[in-house]
Amino acid sequence: MPHLSTYIALADQSEKTLADSFRAVAAGHAAEADVFHTCHQLAGWSDEHRERLAPVVERYGEDDSVTEPERLHASGVAEVRSGPVGLLRDLQDLHLLATLVQTTWTVVSQGAQGLRDRELLEVATSASAETSRQLTWLNTRMKSAAPQALIVEP
Amino acid sequence: MSDRIADVHGTATPHGRGTVWPARVDLRLEPGIAEADVDRWVQSACLLCSNGCGCDIAVKDGRMVGIRGRATDVVNHGRLGPKGLYGSTDWASSPDRLTRPLVREGDRLVESDWDTAMGRVVARSKQLLAEKGPLSHGFYTSGQLFLEEYYTQAVIGKAGIGTPHMDGNTRLCTATAAAALKESFGADGQPGSYTDIEHCDAIFLYGHNMPETQTVLWARILDRTRGDDPPRIVCVDPRRTAVAREAERTGGVHLAPRVGTNLALMNGLTRELFVHGWVDEEWTAGHTVGIDDLEAVVEPYTPEHVADICGVAAADVRRAARIFGESTAVLSTVLQGFYQSHQATASAVAVHNLHLLRGQIGRPGSGVLQMNGQPTAQNNRECGADGDLPGFRNWDNIQHVEQLARAWDVDPMTIPHWAPPTHAMQIFRYAETGSIGLLWISATNPVVSMPQAARIRDIVRGDQCFVVVQDLFLTETAELADVVLPAAGWGEKTGCFTNATRTVHLSEKAVDPPGEARSDLDIFLAYADAMGFTNLDGDPLVPWRTPEEAFDAWCSVTAGRPVDYTGLSYARLRGPTGIPWPVNEQHPDGLGSLYADGVFPTDTDYCETYGHDLLTGGAVTAVEHRAIAPAGRAFLKGAPYTPAHEEPSEEYPLLYTTGRTVYQFHTRTKTGRSRSLDRAAPDAWVELSVPDAERLGISEGDRVRVESPRGAIEVRARVGQVMEGAVFAPFHYGHWDPSGSAPDAGHRLANELTMTVWDPVSKQPYFKTAVCRVTRLGDGDGPAPAPTTTASAPARAGVPGTAGGGPTSSEVLPQTPHYPLDPSQSGADDTRAGRS
Repeated sequence: MPHLSTYIALADQSEKTLADSFRAVAAGHAAEADVFHTCHQLAGWSDEHRERLAPVVERYGEDDSVTEPERLHASGVAEVRSGPVGLLRDLQDLHLLATLVQTTWTVVSQGAQGLRDRELLEVATSASAETSRQLTWLNTRMKSAAPQALIVEP
Repeated sequence: MSDRIADVHGTATPHGRGTVWPARVDLRLEPGIAEADVDRWVQSACLLCSNGCGCDIAVKDGRMVGIRGRATDVVNHGRLGPKGLYGSTDWASSPDRLTRPLVREGDRLVESDWDTAMGRVVARSKQLLAEKGPLSHGFYTSGQLFLEEYYTQAVIGKAGIGTPHMDGNTRLCTATAAAALKESFGADGQPGSYTDIEHCDAIFLYGHNMPETQTVLWARILDRTRGDDPPRIVCVDPRRTAVAREAERTGGVHLAPRVGTNLALMNGLTRELFVHGWVDEEWTAGHTVGIDDLEAVVEPYTPEHVADICGVAAADVRRAARIFGESTAVLSTVLQGFYQSHQATASAVAVHNLHLLRGQIGRPGSGVLQMNGQPTAQNNRECGADGDLPGFRNWDNIQHVEQLARAWDVDPMTIPHWAPPTHAMQIFRYAETGSIGLLWISATNPVVSMPQAARIRDIVRGDQCFVVVQDLFLTETAELADVVLPAAGWGEKTGCFTNATRTVHLSEKAVDPPGEARSDLDIFLAYADAMGFTNLDGDPLVPWRTPEEAFDAWCSVTAGRPVDYTGLSYARLRGPTGIPWPVNEQHPDGLGSLYADGVFPTDTDYCETYGHDLLTGGAVTAVEHRAIAPAGRAFLKGAPYTPAHEEPSEEYPLLYTTGRTVYQFHTRTKTGRSRSLDRAAPDAWVELSVPDAERLGISEGDRVRVESPRGAIEVRARVGQVMEGAVFAPFHYGHWDPSGSAPDAGHRLANELTMTVWDPVSKQPYFKTAVCRVTRLGDGDGPAPAPTTTASAPARAGVPGTAGGGPTSSEVLPQTPHYPLDPSQSGADDTRAGRS
């Protein structure tokens, strides 16, 4: 099952990228208190998904040698932008990363279904549900931030 | 003659379960004035807590000289508390009242006139609208204005300017009450009635030090707990308050969870209901959604696990849950210990969950009271001066927006509804960056009341934002403003307000305001006129000129909404008692309790919100809400406990929590100008537990420094009743010092230490979850200036008792009046029928 293990590796890697990026955005926009705290909280969720996935990774082996899905690896938010528009774009970047995470879980859970791997299916389903909540928060926060950021110069 | 500083709750009138609360008329007149001297009595309701006691104002020679409780009012049956008695009128004739507008000239505020001051406001406002558009404007109001003023403010802000940046200091005290009600029941609106006190067999008080925050309501409870067939009390509070002592006395429980762990405790109580089969399966099946998810969320919270997190005994968790599960009628009340603490909305929602799981809502005795901090907070929520849309409309529902656009004859696009309303903390953030260039603050003092005070001072003082303050006095906030407008206060203007149980009172003008001070309504109208706001027909957007016209306009926009005022008028409110909404054809005399029929305003097209993720605040969409098809069923929603944002460390080993004392209200603007009240609590203090004080070498009255990562205060220490590991500071005290004698005045502001952090759903700032360290500075000159009659009582004897209030009178009436809608009196409970 070379491709499933590749996608499991992708899930693990993209959750790590998402967690790191949440923390980078938290640090870079610490003056926005809710962004700071919520991003840390949501980074913790991604950490936890990886912890739950760890035994599965052990079983399948984390195979990142296959090149085909390689181009899906997104680079995370390493440096944040500044100001209200910068926040908006950083939240948008997080949304893109979380979308990659979610579609990866979708693909992995399909594989788990086919293999009747209950443990993996449970991990993928529960993680995906929380990814939805990450996406919902990002969407909510972008909606709140957008009018002021786009229309009013400080 | 009774000293109501020493005797906070007054003469007891104990009575048995199911019988009417007796009437007792409390009265206070200025020294030297007898009842016979009073020229006239003017109808009103008390504005010094959210209880909303009906009262009459005594007027002599054009001056307010006293106050008397209204025996016929359903809220208080004639009683008044110490703040109402001593604090209602003295401020009005205080020599430091603002009587003329002030404008800033360099680093000074100078006296001016209305044309100049309003001219500056209007010029700035027009310039910003031209250069930056409507989102450059922010309005921050209060829990002290009248309904007519909030509604006028809301129309100006939403339809005149078109800014979503409107909120009130209600965000600091009652936002979680509103948010929790919306999450569970679909719309704001207090489910319970104060008459539930007469019919319950258990009362749970969650983070609610009622003996100090709503003294008259506590007197009502004491009259039950000291009478026949009393209810058991369960108290959730980290301090050993009078509620805690009453819990012990009645065979209830005092649960003192570690600060910041309320939700873990609530999850534990909820789990017990499932485990012991105390859930009303049939009722929940027909009237709720979400029970399976809730059961899964609370499953890990065994009493032992809760004990680990909260520092309470597992047996006490079990015992409290058993009281909830086995009582026939439970009344729950909730306040700042939940609202201003970690995971606020989720914890307040958990209270609803307990009631819904037991099917105990809407029946006499079975009620929920999500309390308000301030007297007119409810109106801010109803009218939309806090950003919500008027009439509990859903900003995310275009049909609701169109209803308002039709009522105001404006383009629906004008009314900001593209995102949730901007909450106070975000408004101040925009003002900090200069993105908001005009911030108009009415009747509140954020420099003292908001968290992380140093930051708020800089925002108000800075040049990046033009700040208008409208108030009775030159508060700590007004001192830093660019324009200060002198306002008329209670008794100097007419208007309505609504208490924590939806009861609407009319407060009539008794005297003229001093000097050039104007009512807040007149100030808003003058601004609207000068700005030339018009509707689509080109007519003035705000056509009303008087409070009564504003009230009638408000009533008409409430038609068809849960908060239905259409059956109310000034004429009806001039009767013997306040009237609880809804008042309409179906309920011509109002409604005591909501939801007796188990039908909730959760229908997708009707609800005020589609709801939120309680952990993140992420918004549920209309499509998702419709898929749940709540259709009148209430939501059961849970969330796991998460640790607070700041946990004790080696550097800051103690938890810091702020709160109130019975003798002061908010930032003392009125109560600090009452001699009786101010002498009872003249200066700030902090409370430490006995073991912490011993460890730190601190004795009663020692001067101490309390420091958090954000700031410090230096005040005197009370070795008192707070739980070990926690430090309590009253939030009332800024640098304003009426008697000029407080050694701590310059460095006693409790909010210097608090954090900028808020609840993800209600956006209420957390005032109770910071960390701190305490060091001893030196000896004091006697005991701490903390009252002894309250939760701040000293741990050890030897401190002189708090006393010395001026004379008041109190008379228990031999014949109790008839109270509309009171289930204890025959024929009153027909509106509650519908559920057996």
